[in-house]
Amino acid sequence: MTVSQGGRGCCSHSRRRFLKIGAAVGGGLLLGIDLAAFAAVSDSETTHAPFEPNAFLRIDAGGRITFVMQFIEMGQGTYTSIPMLIAEELEVDVDRVVVEHAPADDKVYANPLIGIQMTGGSTSVRASWEPMRRAGATARVMLLNAAAGQWGVDPKSCEAADGYILHRSSARKKPYGDLVDAAARLPVPQDVALKEPKMFKLIGTSHRRLDTPAKVNGSATFGIDVLIPRMKFAVVAISPTFGGTLADVDEVKAKAVAGVSQVVRMQDAVAVIGVHTWAAKQGLAAANATWDVGTNAWLSTADVVNQLATACQKPGAIARREGEAARVLESATQRMQAVYEQPFLAHAALEPMNCTVHVQPNGCDVWVGTQVAGTARSAVARVTGLKPEQVRIHNHLLGGGFGRRLEVDGIVRAAQVAKQVDGPVKVIWTREEDIQHDMYRPYYYDHLVVALNESGRPTAWTHRIAGSSIQARFFPQAVKNGVDADAVESAANPAYALGAMQVEWIAQEPPGIPTAFWRGVGVTRSTFVVESFIDELAAHAKVDPLGYRLTLLERNSRARAVLELAASKAGWGTKLPRHRGRGIALCTGFGSFIGQVVEVAVGTHGAIAVTRVVCVVDCGLVVNPDTVRAQMQSGIIFGLSAALYGEITLKDGRVQQSNFHDYRVLRMNEAPPIEVHLIESVEAPGGVGEPATSCVMPALTNAVYAATGKRVRKLPLVTAPV
Amino acid sequence: MTILNVNDQQREADVPADMPLLWVLRDVLQMTGTKFGCGRGLCGACMIHLDGEPVRSCVTTVGAAAGRRIMTIESVGGTALGRKVQQAWIDLDVPQCGYCQSGQIMSAISLLARSSRPSDTDIETAMTANICRCGTYPRIREAIKRAAGEA
Ligand code: FES
Ligand code: FES
Repeated sequence: MTVSQGGRGCCSHSRRRFLKIGAAVGGGLLLGIDLAAFAAVSDSETTHAPFEPNAFLRIDAGGRITFVMQFIEMGQGTYTSIPMLIAEELEVDVDRVVVEHAPADDKVYANPLIGIQMTGGSTSVRASWEPMRRAGATARVMLLNAAAGQWGVDPKSCEAADGYILHRSSARKKPYGDLVDAAARLPVPQDVALKEPKMFKLIGTSHRRLDTPAKVNGSATFGIDVLIPRMKFAVVAISPTFGGTLADVDEVKAKAVAGVSQVVRMQDAVAVIGVHTWAAKQGLAAANATWDVGTNAWLSTADVVNQLATACQKPGAIARREGEAARVLESATQRMQAVYEQPFLAHAALEPMNCTVHVQPNGCDVWVGTQVAGTARSAVARVTGLKPEQVRIHNHLLGGGFGRRLEVDGIVRAAQVAKQVDGPVKVIWTREEDIQHDMYRPYYYDHLVVALNESGRPTAWTHRIAGSSIQARFFPQAVKNGVDADAVESAANPAYALGAMQVEWIAQEPPGIPTAFWRGVGVTRSTFVVESFIDELAAHAKVDPLGYRLTLLERNSRARAVLELAASKAGWGTKLPRHRGRGIALCTGFGSFIGQVVEVAVGTHGAIAVTRVVCVVDCGLVVNPDTVRAQMQSGIIFGLSAALYGEITLKDGRVQQSNFHDYRVLRMNEAPPIEVHLIESVEAPGGVGEPATSCVMPALTNAVYAATGKRVRKLPLVTAPV
Repeated sequence: MTILNVNDQQREADVPADMPLLWVLRDVLQMTGTKFGCGRGLCGACMIHLDGEPVRSCVTTVGAAAGRRIMTIESVGGTALGRKVQQAWIDLDVPQCGYCQSGQIMSAISLLARSSRPSDTDIETAMTANICRCGTYPRIREAIKRAAGEA
C-alpha cells in the first residue's frame, strides 16, 4: 500500500471525505481527520465507508493548537516531524503545536497503512505525510474565510502568517484564537491546495526535537517511571524453559523477606509482591521457584538449525517467479551457491519490560509504553474478563521499542499478576528476565543457487528462505499463498536485475520459541543475504563490488545514485593499509534507498574494529533532515551491535545469555565515526527508522571480506572469527 | 531509618542497609530520573554522583551512601556545568528514546568536572560505562565537546 504523494491534486477522484469540522467542546475549532480515507485511495470497496475520524486537530480560543495523535514516540522523532507537517500548512511555529497521546481505540486511531493501531515498520511519517498537511491547510483556509467574512473582504486578499490572519491593504489582523468559533460554523472547503515543495518553510529544515528538554533533566516519564498512590511492586520469574510450568515455590521463605506481602502463582511463572522492587526481588530469590521443564527442555540452537536446514531441502511457497530459473540453472555452465545463517536476536531495549496495572471490579487501568495500545486493551480485557471499553491504557514514552513493544506479552503477564493483587502493582522484569523471555528475531537459514553467464552476471537466481513466520502469528490475513511477505521483502524484490528468479519461503517454527519483529524486520534479514551474495558474485567475477552492482542496477537510478555517492564520499577505490578493508551495500526498503560504505581494521587476533561508516540516504522528501541523520546513526550502531555480537543461543531449552555482559551491544569506544549524506528528492517520504540497520550488516561483512578474504556467511562475527 | 543527603536535601528512608540506592531513589523517594537498565553495573543507566564521583546506583547500597552527598539527574540543572551539559544535549538533539540519557549526562558531567578539555580518548574512557541502545554515541561525543567549549 502506498500513500499518495503530497503536492499533487489528490482529491480529483472519488476519495471520500477525510476531514470533518466542528465546534470543540468548550469552544474552538475541531477537525476530525480520517486517516484511513487516505490509505483507501486505491481501494474502491472502502471509498464509501462512513467517516470515522482517527486523529484530531483542535485550535482553542486562546490560539492553542493541540494535535491528538496515535503514534508513540520511540526515539524516532515522530512527535516533532508530524507537528511540522501540520504547522507548515497552518502557518504557525511548530512549537505551538502540542501533541497528546491518543487513547487506545483501534477503530478510531487506526494506522491507515497497517489497519490496527501501531507504530512500526517505519510508517509514521509515511502515513501522515498528506493528511497532516491537508488538515493544517484546511484549518488555515477556514480561519482565513472566517476573517474575510468578518471584515467583509475577499478571502483572496487575506493571508495567514505566524498564527494570524492578515489583511494587509487595510492593515488589519486577527489571531487564530479569535476566529475559531466563527470558522467552526463555516462549510468545509474542498480540495484545498497544498504548498509546492519549494514553498516549504519548515519541512526540510532541521527543527529541534520537542521532547529533548524533559529527557535531559530526568522528568520524562517512561512506563517504568509511573508512580501511583498505594502502588505495590512485583518482580516476575517465568519458566526458564520455553513451555515449562511452575512446580513449586517456597511462599513462607518469600514472605519472610521484609516488605514482601504476597506470592502470585501463574501456570508458567511466579511473581513476588513487595513494598519496593528490591523487596520483591529478594522475595523472589527466597521463593526458590522450581519448574516442570516441559517438552522443549532438550532444545539447543543446533536442533533449530538442523530443522531449518532439513526444511530448506524441500521446495517452499513461491514468493517470486520470473521466467524459468530451474531450466536456466540446468543448462548453465557456471553456478554458484551459498548458505547464509542469521541468529536469534533479542531486542534489549534499555528500558526493561514493565507494566503497571490496577484491576478493579468495574475497570482496569494500565500504565505502560506500548507500540500497540489497541491490542493491549483487548488483551487485558481477555485476561481480566472485563469489556475492552472498561480497560484504560495510559500510554507512556518507550525506552526503546525496536519491535519488542509491538508485543503485549509483558502487559498480559502484568494483568495476570494484578488480577490477584489488591491495588495497583508495577510489574518489572529484571534484565535477565527481559533477555531470557524476549520474543526473538527468528533464526534464518537461506540457501541461494545462481547461474552465471561468462561475464559472471546472474542469468538465474534462486533463493530459498527458511525461518519462523512472524507474520503468520501477527497478521495472519497478510500471509498469501503461504508466503510471509515480510520475511521475503527485499529478497523477493531485490533492486538488481538478476535474470530468471525463483524465491521461496518455508515457514519452520522453532519449537516453543516465541519470535517477533525486530528493527528492519524482513528487509534486515534479506538485505544481509542478498548484499553478501552479490558481493560474492562480484568477487567470483573479479569485478569491483561497486561496479558489479551498478551494472545490475541499470534501471534503478535512485539505487545507483546512493551507491555512487557513498563510494565517492568514502574514497572507494583508494588504497588502504594492510588488514583494512572497505565494504559496500545497498538497501531498498520502506520506500527509501540507502547506500553505505563501511571501513574495518582487522587486528592480529581477528578483532574487528569498525573505523568509518559513510551512509547516503534518499528517503524522498525529507521532513526533518536532522531526524533522518539521527536515525541513520542510530540504525547503523544498532546493526553493528547485531552483526558483531548479537546472538541468542539455546541449551537445554533455555536461553544462554542473560545481561549486557553476554548479550553485548556497541559502546562508545566501539562506535565508529558516521558520515550521513542526504540526497535531495521530491519523491514521497520513505521510512528511516530501520533501513540503516539493514544496510550496515552486509556492508560490514563485505568490508571484512575485503580486509581478510574471509566471507562471513553466518552472523554474528564474534562466533565466526576471521 | 537511613538518613540520606540527596541533592542537598535531607531525606529519610526506612529500608534495609543492603538495598541498592537505585531502588531507594526510584521506589521509596519517588525520584525516577535515575533509571534501571541492567541491575548489575553493566549499562550505566543508573549513574549518580556520590561525593562528586560517578557511581552506579544499582550496585551501591544505601548503607554505603548514607552520610555522603548524593547527586541525581534531577538536580543537575542547579549547577553551571550541569546546565551547560543539558544545553549542549538540547542543541545537538542528542536523545532518541532518552532512557539512557540521565546516566549519560551524569557521566559526562563528572568527566567535564575532572577535565575541562577532554580528548576523544578521555571521552571514550569516561563514557564506555554507559550503554545507549539507540546509538546516540556520535552526538554524545559532540555534545561533550560542545559543553567543553570546543565546538
Ligand atoms: S542499572 Fe546500574 S549499571 Fe545498569
Ligand atoms: S537514547 Fe535510547 S537508550 Fe540512549
